[in-house]
Amino acid sequence: MTRPTQLESTEAAPYWEATRARQLVLPWCTTCERPFWYPRAACPGCLGTDIEWREATGRGAVYAVSVQHNAALPEFKDQVPYAVALVELDEGVRFMTNIVNTDPFGVAIGQRVRLTWDPVEDGRAIAVFEPEEEASSGTDL
Amino acid sequence: MPGHEWKRGAAAIVGAADMVSPTGELDGTPRAIETAVIGEALAGAGLTIADVDGVASCVGGLFMPSVELAEYLGVQARWTDSTQIGGSSFEAHVEHAAAAIQLGLAEVVVVSYVSLPRSTAKRGGRGFSGAAGQADAAAAGVVAPRLEWEMPFGMQSPVGAYALAASRHQAVYGTTSEQLAQIAVDTRRWAALNPKARYRDPLSVDDVLASPMVASPLHRFDCCLVTDGAGALVLTSAERARDLPATPAYVLGAATAHSHQMISQMPDLTVTAGSVSGPKAFDLAGVSASEVDVAELYDSFTITVLLALEDLGFCPKGEGGPFVADGKLGPGGAFPAQTSGGGLSYTHPGMFGMFLLVEAARQIQGAAGPRQVPDVDVAVAHGVGGVLSATSTVVLGTEATL
Repeated sequence: MTRPTQLESTEAAPYWEATRARQLVLPWCTTCERPFWYPRAACPGCLGTDIEWREATGRGAVYAVSVQHNAALPEFKDQVPYAVALVELDEGVRFMTNIVNTDPFGVAIGQRVRLTWDPVEDGRAIAVFEPEEEASSGTDL
Repeated sequence: MPGHEWKRGAAAIVGAADMVSPTGELDGTPRAIETAVIGEALAGAGLTIADVDGVASCVGGLFMPSVELAEYLGVQARWTDSTQIGGSSFEAHVEHAAAAIQLGLAEVVVVSYVSLPRSTAKRGGRGFSGAAGQADAAAAGVVAPRLEWEMPFGMQSPVGAYALAASRHQAVYGTTSEQLAQIAVDTRRWAALNPKARYRDPLSVDDVLASPMVASPLHRFDCCLVTDGAGALVLTSAERARDLPATPAYVLGAATAHSHQMISQMPDLTVTAGSVSGPKAFDLAGVSASEVDVAELYDSFTITVLLALEDLGFCPKGEGGPFVADGKLGPGGAFPAQTSGGGLSYTHPGMFGMFLLVEAARQIQGAAGPRQVPDVDVAVAHGVGGVLSATSTVVLGTEATL
């Protein structure tokens, strides 16, 4: 789908680079031995800067969901209605995403979901999710 | 801790004014409107601009809001506050001003607000501020987190964020869309009593549920207005207030908290920072939630009110839905709230916290006209900024509460 130009912060460069290989990586604080989200220059728990990027399982559960009946930006106009969700990854971090390849009105809180990718023109990709039980058939919303 | 302790009632709101039109639009430049509403608040207090030695503002100008406003007003300030925490900024200004007045850092403080999103949009402007300038910042590798981690997914902001919180509350506690709609219905009943309100026609639960879905589970009438508006407050010491003609609304307690900026970083979507600022404000005020006679809770969306009712302790966590279902928030109800008609029906220029304080002060002063709740001694103004991000709670009381 068409999305706004994906901005990239200096701190998140390793994340975006990994998306080129369709790998979802999370910043881990090696002092606290836990991941954090979103990418920062230092761990939001201890301000430590020993950070490792580790691949995530790409599995999680829907924490909250809202079907958008209007496009937030012109780029989303053809996608309405679409599901915006917060997904809690099994690693314990929560992030915003879309639930794709399913009826947006059928997405339920607590539902198991898995990672799939929506490519960006420059080779990077946006991490989106689909229900675990349904087969992947592309990433249109 | 050594030194000064908070003194309940050492400062008071002595002037409060709003400039709002039922058309939703105001004529004039922002500064002209702001100057007029400040003048009205000062006149109501029996003071003039020459008495003012402290200024608080969070909008306007280019760079330093309170400093630019003070210059425009001709005020040489010895106390200033440009705190910007969204819609709860004004409650924080009152908290800070009351503390400063107690310490003798200021004697007469003006808090003001103006925003003209509706008429600005009509002239082709952007209304609320948005992502201008972000492209330049992105080129330098500096990106606002919201633009990197939320914008790609097309969440309407801010309504989508509040919708996510509502979805979670419904899933966890069984809160219904009918219960949320009842909040909008009761707020409209108050607006019917306010001649400045944008919407005054009766509204039913069915009307709310039949209005277009914007971001599930929130319908159009679960959402606030977009209107022009301005407001101002004047605060001074209790000592000086006693010599003024206005009835003082004493600041009994106030507190501020925040938990996140982006909704995706909110620790628990069913618990706001109001669970910190509310109890702390009551603690400083020396009152309990059950002693509140009228509540002015930020109603950017119906869910905002529901969460505040729980977090401030007016009902237990998770029971906001049943609490509001019988219409107790409306005129004549057991828990009068949003008596101006709120952001849902009266006005919402982007940051509604100013109008919560204006109405709470009027309720304490007995100056709310047909909306006056009988026998008010304690009123609460509870602001919410960002996407349930920052909250600031102010408890006001009459002289009888001191």
